[in-house]
Amino acid sequence: MADELLKVESIEKSFGKQKVLDGVSFILNKGEVKVIVGPSGTGKSTLLRCINLLNPPDKGKIYLQNKEITSLKHTLVPAVRQKIGMVFQHFALFNHLTAIDNVALGLLKVRKMNKTDAYKKAIDELNRVGLADHKDKYPAQLSGGQKQRVGIARALAMDPLLILFDEPTSALDPELIGEVLAVMQALAKDGMTMICVTHEMGFAKSVANEVIFMEKGKIIEQGLPEELFSNAKNPRTREFLSKISQLYGETGHK
Amino acid sequence: MRFIEKIIPYIPLLTKGLGITLELTILSAFFGFIGAIFLVIGMLYGNRFFKILSTGFVTLIRGTPMMVQLFLIYFGLPGIDIRLSPLTASIIAFIINSSAYQAEYLKGGFLAISKEQLEASYSIGLNKWKTIQYIIFPQALRFAIPALSNEIVYLIQYTSVAYTIGLPELFYISKNFASKTYMNIEIYVFIGIVYLILIYIVTRATEIIQKKFYIPGFDLSHLK
Amino acid sequence: MEIFEHNLLFLFKNMPMLLSGALTAILLTFTSIIIGLVVGIMVTFFRIYGSKFTKKLMFAYEWLLKGTPPLILIFIFYFGLGNYLNLGEFFAAALALGLRSSAYQAQIYRGAVLSISTEQTEAGLSLGLSRFRTFYLVILPQAIRLSLPGFTNEFTIVLKDTPLAYGVGLVEILKAGRDILAQQLSAAIVSGKVTASLNPFIVYLTCALIYFVLFEIFYYSLNALSKKFQIPGFIFDK
Repeated sequence: MADELLKVESIEKSFGKQKVLDGVSFILNKGEVKVIVGPSGTGKSTLLRCINLLNPPDKGKIYLQNKEITSLKHTLVPAVRQKIGMVFQHFALFNHLTAIDNVALGLLKVRKMNKTDAYKKAIDELNRVGLADHKDKYPAQLSGGQKQRVGIARALAMDPLLILFDEPTSALDPELIGEVLAVMQALAKDGMTMICVTHEMGFAKSVANEVIFMEKGKIIEQGLPEELFSNAKNPRTREFLSKISQLYGETGHK
Repeated sequence: MRFIEKIIPYIPLLTKGLGITLELTILSAFFGFIGAIFLVIGMLYGNRFFKILSTGFVTLIRGTPMMVQLFLIYFGLPGIDIRLSPLTASIIAFIINSSAYQAEYLKGGFLAISKEQLEASYSIGLNKWKTIQYIIFPQALRFAIPALSNEIVYLIQYTSVAYTIGLPELFYISKNFASKTYMNIEIYVFIGIVYLILIYIVTRATEIIQKKFYIPGFDLSHLK
Repeated sequence: MEIFEHNLLFLFKNMPMLLSGALTAILLTFTSIIIGLVVGIMVTFFRIYGSKFTKKLMFAYEWLLKGTPPLILIFIFYFGLGNYLNLGEFFAAALALGLRSSAYQAQIYRGAVLSISTEQTEAGLSLGLSRFRTFYLVILPQAIRLSLPGFTNEFTIVLKDTPLAYGVGLVEILKAGRDILAQQLSAAIVSGKVTASLNPFIVYLTCALIYFVLFEIFYYSLNALSKKFQIPGFIFDK
């Protein structure tokens, strides 16, 4: 049996009267890459924010390594978040810190490593995303693609069990998307467990183990990427995927 | 040149007055800042009770003139059997007043920080207090530097109000000089210049501090 | 309790004095703000469109008036000019607070005018409007809207500065409160009752309350005005 890492069990989430998530369930195995696609406003980002408890679900349960995390005392929540990395749409680098300080912060203040070790690890992670040369630059001095790679390094530094990617390339200029996808592809190859909300179909085809199509807070269809892209059962899925490939092309497909 | 003749014997007194003005300004700015940190945390992150308490306090203080607060504390409190010296009353009044204004400036700085910054901080496992300490506060403070510097300029100017309760600060001494010599315009222009010099020093110092803590991407010139 | 009732009764009897003080404070605020508005607009104009020398002069004007404590300005206009020209306490205070406000208002208006992009001017000119008409029809309506929040703030600051005129003897709210206390004290001495039973805490608290009510009234009505003229999508708070 596959090694189950994360189980999401019929979670629901509303903001005011609007139900954003309406009974979403899935299982994520260790080393698996899941890509979530769907029209905007269908709760994909909210789903990610439920998983790392930034917006805890109203109903349903989430298990990490077979332990329920949805009913934890709030003092134990940071420890869970530490194990779940997140990469943000608008990078969310800490504006007052240099690239290396962004990566080292969690190591110093959460994992309480000493300075020497923390910065050694931070530089390793920056190397991994190819940005060691830019370690002393502030976010405002980096390009969008570079910012996002620092964001990935920051998540990696915490040695997370899995990383959530919230549309990591959608705020980037087209010519900068490639460098970020390349880093993500390399991570997947190294066996990192990932959930990616993205419209990059090329990326989905080349690295995803499963693609989930969501609409209006529900999972409409899920399956192997080649199955879903070539003959989706649900007409809504087909329509959406054909629109997306027209709009975004297939960048990142190598 | 009669003015110079008359002012020379007054210089020790004026220097003492200047000392009190500076003392009052520095104490109010410093303790006002500490008070402001508590107030802003209460306003933004406190539970219902602290939110109402701190917001109410800031609204009331910012909604009434400084001078009235000073009168209430110095002339009013004896009505409920609390008697304070002019210096103590002034220090208390200015700290209270300044903490409310500084809290409002800091609040502006806190609110200028995007929600994603908080999410990113939580996502690497920092808790609420560490997030405030390492992510929000260093950024909020940078946003608030120009306003905080303005607050010091205001304090230097408005400490002169304390003459009304008999605190012998710079303005009190000058008024005293004017009533003895009738050289009103001379003395007021003279200490006006002294105040301008003080304020010039503060503004220059702020510019230096801003440069020292300058970070690309934190261009503060567009903020007041 | 009896003392409390006595205080309230006494205050009630003297309310006309406090309210006339409030009226003086309101008049002083309006007069100062209008002086500040007229002078402030002129300063703005010369600082943006003036010659190099004029620009420097306006900069110095703003810096001097913002840097000098308002109390000193009031005293200079009252005593200083008093030797040559007697303004009286009201106009001395109005001129002092008004000119100080003109420096702050100039800063607000300049910020507003400069934040309107040059493309707006170019678009106006490209329609064939004259430079003046472009300013009047395109820039000004936007600049006024952008200035309103700053103006509201400035208005309340001037209101809160009015008690400074106490120093030159203007009977505004605080002075009225003090006069009431003094009257009661002298009445007590005349009648032979030594203890003054009017509580200064209650009197000054009432003064503070009057200021607070005025502050809130002006603050909310001016904000309502900003909202009324708001254009969808046009951002005001920066």
